[in-house]
Amino acid sequence: MLQKNEQYSPLSPELTAKEVRSFIEENFLFRGNCESIRDDESLIAAGLIDSTGVLELVAFLEEQFGIEVADADIMPENLDSIRAITSYIASHKPR
Amino acid sequence: MRVEHFLSSSARRFPDKTALVTPSRRWTYRELDQATDRLAASLAARGLTHGDRVAIFMDNSAEAVIGIFATLKAGAVFSPVNPTTKANKLAYILDNCRAAAIITEARHLRVVEPATAEAASVRLTVVANGAPGTLVPGGLAFEAAIAGATAAAPRPRAATDLDLAMLIYTSGSTGQPKGVMMLHQNVVAAATSITTYLESSADDVILNVLPISFDYGLYQVLMTFKVGATLVLERSFAFPMALIKRMAEEGVTGFPLVPTMASTLLNMKTLTPADLPPLRYITNTAAALPVAHIKRLQELFPATRIYSMYGLTECKRCTYLPPEQLAIRPGSVGIAIPNTEAYVVDAAGERTAPGETGELVIRGPHVMKGYWENPEATAKALRPGPHPWEKVLYTGDLFRTDEDGYLYFVGRQDDIIKSRGEKVAPKEVESVLYALMGVREAVVIGVPDPILGEAVKAVIACEPNARLTEKDILRHCAQHLEDYMVPKMVEFRSELPKSDNGKLSRRLVAAEPVEG
Repeated sequence: MLQKNEQYSPLSPELTAKEVRSFIEENFLFRGNCESIRDDESLIAAGLIDSTGVLELVAFLEEQFGIEVADADIMPENLDSIRAITSYIASHKPR
Repeated sequence: MRVEHFLSSSARRFPDKTALVTPSRRWTYRELDQATDRLAASLAARGLTHGDRVAIFMDNSAEAVIGIFATLKAGAVFSPVNPTTKANKLAYILDNCRAAAIITEARHLRVVEPATAEAASVRLTVVANGAPGTLVPGGLAFEAAIAGATAAAPRPRAATDLDLAMLIYTSGSTGQPKGVMMLHQNVVAAATSITTYLESSADDVILNVLPISFDYGLYQVLMTFKVGATLVLERSFAFPMALIKRMAEEGVTGFPLVPTMASTLLNMKTLTPADLPPLRYITNTAAALPVAHIKRLQELFPATRIYSMYGLTECKRCTYLPPEQLAIRPGSVGIAIPNTEAYVVDAAGERTAPGETGELVIRGPHVMKGYWENPEATAKALRPGPHPWEKVLYTGDLFRTDEDGYLYFVGRQDDIIKSRGEKVAPKEVESVLYALMGVREAVVIGVPDPILGEAVKAVIACEPNARLTEKDILRHCAQHLEDYMVPKMVEFRSELPKSDNGKLSRRLVAAEPVEG
């Protein structure tokens, strides 16, 4: 059964999380001293992302999900873990 | 004076004042002083003694700060190592200085364990943030070592400021890192000089996001404690808005940055001076700020003094531009720091006239004592000075002065690339590239970059059937090199130019146009 707001995004939260994870694994994972990352793990603390990395992440979100990320939104609570990014995408779907 | 006295004497003067703020905790001077005493006592109890070398392999954290000061209080020598260093190079450094101990954190054990397995000298691994029961054999849990009753710091025998305080490894043109030897008196002299021209005081609150494994970041800790100020220690500049908020919350007065951070700030189009705290000063080093960035940075921080500075590990800092000169000579890195001299010489060692390019020479009490067990490299860098009892530092950096004696960076004399203020030896990157299957020839050069100073560029010729992409190259480099050494760009060519004797030539590669 379709929820009312689902027409705005073709992706379920699970699929979104999967897509975010594969972007992070592909582009950042090899930079840290770790093999895998949990959904709730801080990307900064894991040494995976720096300021250039955040800009790459923002560009990916804008391109892939059609959302506009304001400067003021580039905060750890929105972007510092796969889980945070996934819920940020969910609450900023384009209208 | 010895470096650990920065902390202990501020703890006597301001016991209840906040010394250090990390995302997880605030530390008063008394708390920090006592924690370092306890760790120093634990280290001494495990046999660490006067002059032993201790590697600090940690991200920015209170544990790293405590590790450094505890090492000094135990009479030992600390060696900060960039935590993105890979196991084989860490093993080289540990082995080269015959480190007795390493202080690290659990998430770096994947690198530390294989390295210490190769370095026979390491008797003790201190591990912070480990889950209970996950300690390495013979290891010491950091948290246990600083807990419990207050222990007095051990009293190392005959400790003077002529003892070695720090060994800090820097890239050499041969590709092997060299340990820069800094005595306590060298570090104290550098910290005194810098806090003098910055007019630092106990009222300052410094926000530091620079890695404290890098001397620019490390000295923020040392200088904060020296003047009894407060250090807000963060791990990265990845979320600038979060840090701007932190600055306001903590009443930050001093903000050391590098050009990439300035450029990130200036890219935030909606930022206005009203969003930013009234900083007393900003410092920049590592590479000169582009003139346009200086102007816009000053517009964003109208009441802030901006210091353009220049230095190298071998003497910490060479020059600074007094802020009132910034609008007049934005491209200059200024004049010698207080109590030191900086001058330019020609190939014969004679001082050059204004406008003439030559090698920068530094003299003063902040100059290193040489490279650890490397007399050949030491003799090249430290040469006789004006007095028979003095050696001066030949920097290998090409400079010129203007008519008023202000200094301008021109380039390097050797192949060393200076990116983000750190030295990158092309040879070191090239040998990693050659280890990648499919790479037939590889040359690494520096290309001018407005933000990095120089950007590292790899030029590669592949084996006929190899299908390597830029991403393959970058991924391989990131797995084997510290982050600042990873090339920013890769160019593929069918063949690389050789000099007359058939050797690959970096100079010719750099001079050839890019293949269409």
